[in-house]
Amino acid sequence: MTQFMQFISDNLLLIYLLIFTVILGFEVISKVPTVLHTPLMSGANAISGVIIIGAIILIRRSASDDYFSLILGAIAIALGMINVVGGFAVTDRMLEMFKKKKK
Amino acid sequence: MIFTTIVDIAYLIGAILFVWGLRLLSSPDSARKGNTLAAIGMAIGIAGSLCDNRIDGEGNYVWIAGGIVLGATIGWLVAKKIKMTDMPQMVSVFNGLGGACAAILSIVELSTVSLDTGGKVISLFALLIGCVAFTGSMLAYLKLDGKIWDSQVTWPKHNIINQFLLIIVLGMFTYLAMTNASNTLLIAFLVLCLFYGWSFVAPIGGADMPVVISLLNSFTGLSAAAAGLIYDNNLMLVGGILVGASGTILTVLMCQAMNRSLFNVLIGGFSAAGGAAQGADDQVAKTTSAVDASILLYYSQSVMFVPGYGLAVAQAQKALKELDDTLEANGVDVKYAIHPVAGRMPGHMNVLLAEADVPYPKLLDLDDANAALPSTDVVVIVGANDVVNPAAVDDPTSSIYGMPVLNVWDAKHVIVLKRSMSPGYAGIQNQLFFHEKTKMFFGDAKDSIQSLLSEVKNL
Repeated sequence: MTQFMQFISDNLLLIYLLIFTVILGFEVISKVPTVLHTPLMSGANAISGVIIIGAIILIRRSASDDYFSLILGAIAIALGMINVVGGFAVTDRMLEMFKKKKK
Repeated sequence: MIFTTIVDIAYLIGAILFVWGLRLLSSPDSARKGNTLAAIGMAIGIAGSLCDNRIDGEGNYVWIAGGIVLGATIGWLVAKKIKMTDMPQMVSVFNGLGGACAAILSIVELSTVSLDTGGKVISLFALLIGCVAFTGSMLAYLKLDGKIWDSQVTWPKHNIINQFLLIIVLGMFTYLAMTNASNTLLIAFLVLCLFYGWSFVAPIGGADMPVVISLLNSFTGLSAAAAGLIYDNNLMLVGGILVGASGTILTVLMCQAMNRSLFNVLIGGFSAAGGAAQGADDQVAKTTSAVDASILLYYSQSVMFVPGYGLAVAQAQKALKELDDTLEANGVDVKYAIHPVAGRMPGHMNVLLAEADVPYPKLLDLDDANAALPSTDVVVIVGANDVVNPAAVDDPTSSIYGMPVLNVWDAKHVIVLKRSMSPGYAGIQNQLFFHEKTKMFFGDAKDSIQSLLSEVKNL
């Protein structure tokens, strides 16, 4: 219990950040029209590729002969990058179609 | 010191651009700009992580560059080449790769760094969610692409197997978090999680696909957020949580559209029990011909198309738009009724019709369509089934009873374009096909629409 309390006090700012981001996320997206469900999903999906930053940090931290981390890290970067670039590009393609018909 | 602050500011700007981008993404006028902003935010974040001088190590930039170039090239090519009808598959694959990325990071973290209990719990969580998102999305892709059928991957008592698997997963999770377990056990946990993801999605299919895709999307977000905690990176944390929230909202919306709880969807779709197929055998559906149907369309004042997954399968959206144009040119008012769960991902029909240049105001949502249906002359159902099943309204024994549907029987005539009399995903016979107002027009949706089109043009 003391440990738990200690954890809360040590990470108070982080806990604030977590809670407010959740609230913000729900608020920002709550009233999205049906027509945008797919682009929103694929755009959000591209944002989840932010995990690539973790892979970059992993590789930068590794020793240059630690092939286990380097190979897995490079695979992770490639996968993350497909998610990011593919996700944003595909979303843009979809939204371009929505734009065209507005005139 | 100053440089470190600049990197921190870059992360902050990245996070703000994510939020702002998502906000713009939720309105049709600004959506494209929103997507661009989020992409810029991502680029700034990646640049920040590349030059953050707090990271000690040997750099290994060649490895990073290799991964980035490879991934960016593949992602770009796939995104440019993919057909719009294959969009649900594509989103699933991209999503699965994000999950795989999270799983790889956490397995490296768990096997090379000695973590405290908190760190282990977070890493194991990222591993579990990432694995489930990965194999789950890949199975969703295979199902959507028609490479695997639900019946091939669903075992008897699948729900019980899944619950049993979940208990083992959680048990191992706890054990691994509490002890300094060997790498062998860790690998076993990895394999188990991957298998669980597959098994988790296996019994869910067909009309429930939009729910499961948004749920997996939110899982990938959560795994990115957990990885953000591991690497102490606020941009990853914020980005991940935003995606988790948006995925959760879409999941809830999809469940509401079917009037079912998430739990109900997850334990394996519509049960075939209930008042299925009652008395269907002795009923005869009326059929119609291209000539009769086209005359009916040509001389009506208002027509409403109801697209469903069959439209996507037949890739008939452009033919449909051409029929729409021809009818409009002859003074027929044409509208489209879009059910929230029509198709296999949230908003699937909207994307297809946008590709065919159907103007946005012609698409009616569930409530508007139901209000307009009583004054509609002809409804043409293109590959939709469960979303127009009257059993949802008038048969309390049916397993889809209570699901909001399009009341197409309120219109004067109903034409159903369908390949055969087989029931929809729910496995329930559709009494609409035997309704006095209904005429069936059998055939591939695209061929049927094209034959209607040529007949209308001849009139």
